[in-house]
Amino acid sequence: MHELGITQNIVAIVTEHAKGMKVQKVVLEIGKLSAIMPDAIKFCFDICSKDTLLENSLLEIIEIPGLAKCHQCGTEIALDKPFGVCQCGSVQLDLITGEELKIKEIEIEEICV
Amino acid sequence: MCVTCGCSDDAEGKITNLQTGEVNHHHDHHTHTHTLPDGTVITHTHHHDEAPQIHAKIHGTTISLEQDILAKNNLLAAQNRGWFKGRNILALNLMSSPGAGKTTLLTRTINDLKQQLPISVIEGDQETTNDAQKIKETGCKVVQINTGTGCHLDASMIERGVQQLNPPLNSVVMIENVGNLVCPALFDLGEQAKVVILSVTEGEDKPIKYPHIFRASEMMILTKVDLLPYVQFDVERCIEYAKQVNPHIQVFQVSAMTGEGLDNWYKWLTEKVAMSIPV
Repeated sequence: MHELGITQNIVAIVTEHAKGMKVQKVVLEIGKLSAIMPDAIKFCFDICSKDTLLENSLLEIIEIPGLAKCHQCGTEIALDKPFGVCQCGSVQLDLITGEELKIKEIEIEEICV
Repeated sequence: MCVTCGCSDDAEGKITNLQTGEVNHHHDHHTHTHTLPDGTVITHTHHHDEAPQIHAKIHGTTISLEQDILAKNNLLAAQNRGWFKGRNILALNLMSSPGAGKTTLLTRTINDLKQQLPISVIEGDQETTNDAQKIKETGCKVVQINTGTGCHLDASMIERGVQQLNPPLNSVVMIENVGNLVCPALFDLGEQAKVVILSVTEGEDKPIKYPHIFRASEMMILTKVDLLPYVQFDVERCIEYAKQVNPHIQVFQVSAMTGEGLDNWYKWLTEKVAMSIPV
């Protein structure tokens, strides 16, 4: 259940950047090969954001599909797990996308003057 | 009360437009124009106490962060790595499912190598100091980290652990992670190498069932090989799976009970120390 600790990290990072303003939306990018379950993050988010600047904010998760390049023949292969076999028979795959785990952007409330 | 300027709702200077019904405050900051991201222009007026709600709907400010969620852990891990390097210490992160034989392998290794290689241990478990007590009986330095509800060690725990452990210069620190084949793979502790331990009493398909940890590891130690005659475990297939997930992974087959295969592990360890510690 590493998602709980990860979500606590998310709340801490966003709180730091919100500088006291209420947070309306948090957008995450999570790769499908990152061993992080978006559903678990969503479950933890409501709990972890309670009584913080993030309370009741909208959580949006963009899932990045897995993509690798064969080290041997250069073919690009779509992956749903962090390993696979290329059509040339090689298992030496360099992951291009799918391991992302980041906060892409946040939207904070602004009171204009 | 106006949340922007603090003036009273009943303050003088209120302007009421009888055509539109709009009521404007004496400060003009309550009527203004917004341009939304799609180009739509909105001019609106609102009562004092509505300000935050209306603005929240109309114009939140987007801040692009592009920040790695594990950045803090990775920074601490980098600091730990520097700490180890500065003291010529080889740190290994030993990971496995519960009961794979990490502690038995460790106590045997410490006992067999204690004359030539100073080893100290950071033990990770959710609860109890049982494993640390077993390690302590070998005579080596050991610190137990109990993670409570946590399912893995992280870099800040190691930072605090090594301060307590105070390992000698030119030595080896074995970090025995919490028994778990999922979470420990994600957290860099500042170790030089991750080592995954798998026993023959588990399924041979563990490497493809839990690929992240096998991908992250430099080495797989297959333990309890003395039990192979009594269990259904296809060693060749297991290694094939491990290499499929991680073509560069090295594999040792050992028994900490009989001593079979331990020479290879000790040789690897000694060579790794020689690489980390300049003569």
